Amino acid sequence: MTDNLPLWGEIAVTVFLVAGGIFGLVGSYGLIKLPDPMTRLHAPTKATTLGIGGVLIASMIYIFATEGRVSMHELLITIFLLLTSPITALFIAKVHLHMRERPDTLPKPEDSEGWASFEADGPARGVRDVMPVEPGSPDKTR
Amino acid sequence: MLRRVFPHPLLSLTLVATWLLLVNQITVNSLVFAVLLGIFIPMLTRPYWPEMPRLSRPLMVVEYVFVVLYDIVKANIDVALIVLFKRRADLQPAWISVPLDIRTPEAITALAATITLTPGTVSCDLSENGHAILVHALHAPDPAAVRDDIKARYERRLKEIFA
Repeated sequence: MTDNLPLWGEIAVTVFLVAGGIFGLVGSYGLIKLPDPMTRLHAPTKATTLGIGGVLIASMIYIFATEGRVSMHELLITIFLLLTSPITALFIAKVHLHMRERPDTLPKPEDSEGWASFEADGPARGVRDVMPVEPGSPDKTR
Repeated sequence: MLRRVFPHPLLSLTLVATWLLLVNQITVNSLVFAVLLGIFIPMLTRPYWPEMPRLSRPLMVVEYVFVVLYDIVKANIDVALIVLFKRRADLQPAWISVPLDIRTPEAITALAATITLTPGTVSCDLSENGHAILVHALHAPDPAAVRDDIKARYERRLKEIFA
């Protein structure tokens, strides 16, 4: 830390850095500990939101305390992160649906024929032919 | 005429603000470029987004953002606790089908993103006619409660915003 950072700034920056670090670590640990792809998806996509959020808040406080201005870049990073992380999660979930699930392993949707992923597939499920995996089976890669 | 140049006025404003924040200084140069971006990007992307969503209650958006931010923090802590202290055998993941009352694409997109951002749930798929959303929950001993929670907490507000 530089010399011109006041004590309150030092404390606040430390608190947010440590909190952010803990959430980031827990998110990564969840990736190892949770049993299958869908549950694993939960840990890194979300516990890290708060992890990165903590680091960004620390950065804003640091710049405000040392240079006396409010830095807006951190807010932008937060917004971009919140916009993009659901899309990444959706892509991973979609791949999982195609490779590991069948319509009968999922709950039936209300007043509808089925889920869009499977209805759009048609009779031939290309991915499953290449990599046959029993639906709902635990991950074999561990 | 005005509608042709600005098919999405809010998107244009957002782009201008985003660019100005990105360069982090307001000069004539950056302002001109920001306005150019605000004019041309909505024009180019118009075929992909033909209709303009109507926000009937813009102030509700602020409330919604704060509700979601609060939930992100609270639920992050929940997930962290589950990851750290729950034994694998006790974990009860579940697929949940949530019937939708909202129909506009913008509202459904917002709901899907919200579900994914609030930890413990990921939105995975829409039913083929768009009347239900498939959600995966990390730990849901009572799937019906999760479904009711999503409907009462987020969908009710989005319905008012995009009514």
